[in-house]
Amino acid sequence: MALADARAICPDLATRPADLAREATALAALRRWAGRYAPMVGTDGVDGLIADVSGVPHLFGGEADLRDDLQARLERAGLAAASAIAGTRGAAHALARHGGGIVSDGRLAEGIGHLPVTALRVDQDTAEALARMGLSRISDLISLPRAPLARRFGPGLVLRLDQALGAQAEPVAAEPDAPHFGVRMTLPEPIGLQSDVMAGLMRLLDRLCAKLTLHSRGARRVRLELRRVDRGTLQVEIGLARPMRDPGRIAALFAKGVDEIDSGFGIDALRLSAPVTEAMAPEQIGGGPLLRHDDALADLLSSLGNRIGFDRVLRLLPAESLIPERSFLLSPAAYAAAEPLPRRAGTLRPITIFPPELVTVASGTPPTSFRWRRMRFTTLRASGPERITPEWWFDDPAWRSGLRDYWRIETNEGPRLWLFLTSQAQGWSGAEAQNWYVQGEFA
Amino acid sequence: MRSDLGLAANLTDPFDLRPRRVHEADGRGRRAFALFQAARHPGPLVWIMPSHAPEMPMLRGLPHGVGERLHLLRPVGETDLLWCVEEALRSAPVSLVIAEPEKPLSLTAGRRLQLAAEAGRTTGLMLIRQDSGSNATETRWTCEPLASAADSTPHHWALSKNKKGTLASWTVNWNGASAAFHMVSEARQRYEPAEPPR
Repeated sequence: MALADARAICPDLATRPADLAREATALAALRRWAGRYAPMVGTDGVDGLIADVSGVPHLFGGEADLRDDLQARLERAGLAAASAIAGTRGAAHALARHGGGIVSDGRLAEGIGHLPVTALRVDQDTAEALARMGLSRISDLISLPRAPLARRFGPGLVLRLDQALGAQAEPVAAEPDAPHFGVRMTLPEPIGLQSDVMAGLMRLLDRLCAKLTLHSRGARRVRLELRRVDRGTLQVEIGLARPMRDPGRIAALFAKGVDEIDSGFGIDALRLSAPVTEAMAPEQIGGGPLLRHDDALADLLSSLGNRIGFDRVLRLLPAESLIPERSFLLSPAAYAAAEPLPRRAGTLRPITIFPPELVTVASGTPPTSFRWRRMRFTTLRASGPERITPEWWFDDPAWRSGLRDYWRIETNEGPRLWLFLTSQAQGWSGAEAQNWYVQGEFA
Repeated sequence: MRSDLGLAANLTDPFDLRPRRVHEADGRGRRAFALFQAARHPGPLVWIMPSHAPEMPMLRGLPHGVGERLHLLRPVGETDLLWCVEEALRSAPVSLVIAEPEKPLSLTAGRRLQLAAEAGRTTGLMLIRQDSGSNATETRWTCEPLASAADSTPHHWALSKNKKGTLASWTVNWNGASAAFHMVSEARQRYEPAEPPR
């Protein structure tokens, strides 16, 4: 039903856009849970799970009891689900989407014969063609000779029919679980000393880093959770300036956080996890001085970032814009590699830039004398103007005053300043009043 | 340790900052002086400025090769700023640490930074306001841009404090694009009386 029709029937209908990513996450979680019923569980489309329960039902007291158990647990969790057990994957798929139930062994044809042909996972065209032939149920197809059926509707239909009836094998393939980077440790006696926590952390880090190495990943954030005997939970989290899996260097970053925690009556469990990981290729150990140099710099950025915040450890990156304020980007050094500056011929640029500051008592174009920051300047030499127009595709409040004419003003007092004139802006005191601003200082 | 620090003989020109020490620069041209020094130090650079400071280095205006080596730290508060300076000085790979502290540096802080610079074999340069330096500094430079004839950008760089040498002042023509500079004031015997060190 289209949304407009649904709204016409029920005007107060509350609608929400589908969140496919979260649905997939929920299905993945359900798949993990369904592992209690079978060793091999895979997803079946975007809304289904398929489990190979061969040899399992007797543990639950039979197929009917297994299905009841599954349905009861899902219902308790608030999930409306339909389930079916059949000898083949195709039959179970068809039955689960048309009422559910159990098909006993050897009675596949009878069990799914009454279902419509669309249950066979055939495409829309084939289903329509079958309906035109008057073949609406699976039982109608079973009795027909294979060769004309395959010639008329293609091999796909026959394959699906064979799969549903067990003539063609179709195994359940469970996709591999994403590796989980978390390790834990419980202690027989509570600990409280900082050195003990660090020793425990080292043991956990060794295991975590071995796991990271196995999957060629490097951690970007590492979280240490400590459980106290009074059930309180403490958490220490660090960030790393680049993917890393070296236990010694990660442990050094934890020292400050571990120093600050309050262990109370003692800590009896530690859990270490890497919530954010990135691919990290294996690298040669004990590399040359260049590699050690890079490592030391990354360690410095990590320790700085963990104290003042990674968004305050910055790097200047070139940007494609002629607007002075946007001609470079400030991006976190931990997440951006240095880029060489493209060689660009052009007019000189100042070494420092700041938000425009209005100049007072300016006279002439370019001003022969002006006051800025409570200092009086007289112009010795002026070069310009360099006209920079605002980027019309980008609405910047600072550039609403229109185009700017930039001048390099050398003053008799020494400083070489970067002034601009907003010639399009109308001053309050009439057209002859000029708006001069200082925006930078040259070397 | 004393022989370690007596490197004055190895310095090739008067603007080489003595390595493994923390220096200070004040005056209106201190940022230009810092960038001049940055261009002369190969290796990673760290520039530490308060998070609310309006002045930012402009990438296209920096001397050649400085922009991609520069790391900018913008900590909140003076304590974090000094901590960042110390941490950066203590780490070996950084070649020059430039910092802009807001408050006058105490003797303790200055001495601590000297120890960190020695431990990390790093040079530091603090850009200070007028008269807000620390007595523990190795040298203090007073830097002013000068007005001049066309096509030159002269600077007046004066040593106003020097722990291991004499005071002097130079007029230098440096165009802000590379590490090269042109000494304007010619070599001569000093005839003015030496100022007492501050």
